Amino acid sequence: AALKDGLRSQVSAALKEGRVTPTELCQRCLALIKSTKFLNAYITVAEESALKQAEESEERYKRGQPLGILDGVPIAVKDNFNTAGIETTCASNMLKGYISPYNATVVQKLLDRGAVLLGKTNLDEFAMGSGSTDGVFGPVRNPWSYSKQYKEKSVPKSHSGDEESDWVITGGSSGGSAAAVSSFTCFAALGSDTGGSTRNPAAHCGVVGLKPTYGLISRHGLIPLVNSMDVPGILTRCVDDAAVLLGSLAGHDPKDSTTIQDGFKPFELPNLTDVSKLSIGIPKEYDAPGLSSEILALWSKAADLFKNAGAKVVEVSLPHTRYSIVCYHVLCTAEVASNMARFDGLEYGHRSDMKDSTESMYAATRREGFNDVVRGRILSGNYFLLKQNYEKYFVKAQKVRRLIANDFMKVFKSGIDILLTPTTLTDAAPYKEFIQEDNRTRSAQDDILTQAANMAGLPAISVPTALSERGLPVGLQFIGRSFQEKQLLTVAKWFEKQVQFPVIQLEEVKRHDSGVFQHQKSASFS
Amino acid sequence: QKVSVEVLEHLEQLALVDFRDWEGVERLQKAIQFADQLQEVNTDGVEPMDSVLEDRCLYLREDDVTEGNCTKELLENAREKLEEYFVAPPGNIPLPKLEERETFLQGS
Repeated sequence: AALKDGLRSQVSAALKEGRVTPTELCQRCLALIKSTKFLNAYITVAEESALKQAEESEERYKRGQPLGILDGVPIAVKDNFNTAGIETTCASNMLKGYISPYNATVVQKLLDRGAVLLGKTNLDEFAMGSGSTDGVFGPVRNPWSYSKQYKEKSVPKSHSGDEESDWVITGGSSGGSAAAVSSFTCFAALGSDTGGSTRNPAAHCGVVGLKPTYGLISRHGLIPLVNSMDVPGILTRCVDDAAVLLGSLAGHDPKDSTTIQDGFKPFELPNLTDVSKLSIGIPKEYDAPGLSSEILALWSKAADLFKNAGAKVVEVSLPHTRYSIVCYHVLCTAEVASNMARFDGLEYGHRSDMKDSTESMYAATRREGFNDVVRGRILSGNYFLLKQNYEKYFVKAQKVRRLIANDFMKVFKSGIDILLTPTTLTDAAPYKEFIQEDNRTRSAQDDILTQAANMAGLPAISVPTALSERGLPVGLQFIGRSFQEKQLLTVAKWFEKQVQFPVIQLEEVKRHDSGVFQHQKSASFS
Repeated sequence: QKVSVEVLEHLEQLALVDFRDWEGVERLQKAIQFADQLQEVNTDGVEPMDSVLEDRCLYLREDDVTEGNCTKELLENAREKLEEYFVAPPGNIPLPKLEERETFLQGS
């Protein structure tokens, strides 16, 4: 088994047959994490506990009693999920040193199935951002910046030192998780998705990013940003793996009353060969201002792919698309204003030395603990919630939200099964260029194509499609009907097979993998 | 229309975070400008949407105690505590008035 392998068929089989042991796998991932430290994908590496988990897994395999397909598989978790005994920081000074007393439900589920938790991944502070550049531990670097494919296409600069500063961003806010999966340090990672935070970095890092339907996966233990839109996100190297993770995580949780009570049955994805019964919708509003001609062409090519295979491909309209980002801006800041109120220094997290009064202690704590972005959103949110503004902004946004959700309902009612859209406007920007604009502007630009799915609570997945002219990944997005993840993933899997997205060629990985195990031509299908 | 200093001060008191500098205030101004685009949408007769799950009955469990007794764990993360109490500075003291407070808005 190689670090590049897909979960289901290769790694799992290898573990079962004893071709590789959980401790070997864990050690190799830990070693790779060390040698790819420059990516800054991990905030905390839980080396001791991971090795212990790997040992326990090994015992189970020896007894012939593995817990399932995830037993012994190294995974990483975004640092806004509570993990018992392991620091959870949300990349903020407010929670530096915070050791959670409990596991988020999704983390617990993974551990119960024997997964090995390697560590917590980097993000934008409190998941606010679209670049994974605004956390207190610094920005995450896209592994593709160091790939053969990107380097070959880079215009050679006059000074050799420029390689260091030409790196591109991962996208965000789950950039650490995307980078971790993309650079083979883990087989799957958890992210979160409120406006596109799982799909955006997935597209930029060339991995699969799944946003499940709101209400399918428990948010208990996920430090909330926007309660009515947040979902845990799944990042993997192929669609089949995403289905495996989904199967382990979905289902009602009594601790999260926003999870639906319908029974959920994990599924294996069929190998779709006949797409003639499919109806694919192409929303014209997703040809948004700023969409690169390259991505527009890829999107068109993808539509043709479906058409030529016999599917019905129809142009549709989601008229309120361009207001989605404005709507999100108001609702998000309003919910953030409420959610961030819990950070006052009394029960956990950073506490200021100010002692004059409770209020002044709270104010000083929050001044010291939050960065500009977080403070900005709290203040904006409070503005929109002021009595004199409530109707005009908050309630108005809630009404527009309904219109956006209705747009989708109408399209799905008219017989469309799946929508096909781009995930991002361009390929990953160089960090130097990205930070020229402030966080809010960037988020408004970058979330345009992903945000509406969160408004409507629909499932959506970004699938790596092709490399751009700069040698960087471009992903396309599929949006499905509520709770129809099986159909969504089946179509995504078919598409993945058609496009055969190339494997990233990283020196680091070659060194760790070479000579011992088989070379895998592609990591993107079983 | 610029946001008045009174409103800015009110926001700082409500939010208990500060604008810090002109950039912070500009950020709010831009955010409001951005949000004003919502006025272009006709929402006559449209009900506000609280949740995408509004058509469902969400789970409510029985009002029984099923867990707890974890005082020790919960106190671990607090910086200031005494026996089983979180310790806070004296309450019911309003934040000092604008003139007395060290806030950037003083200068405006």
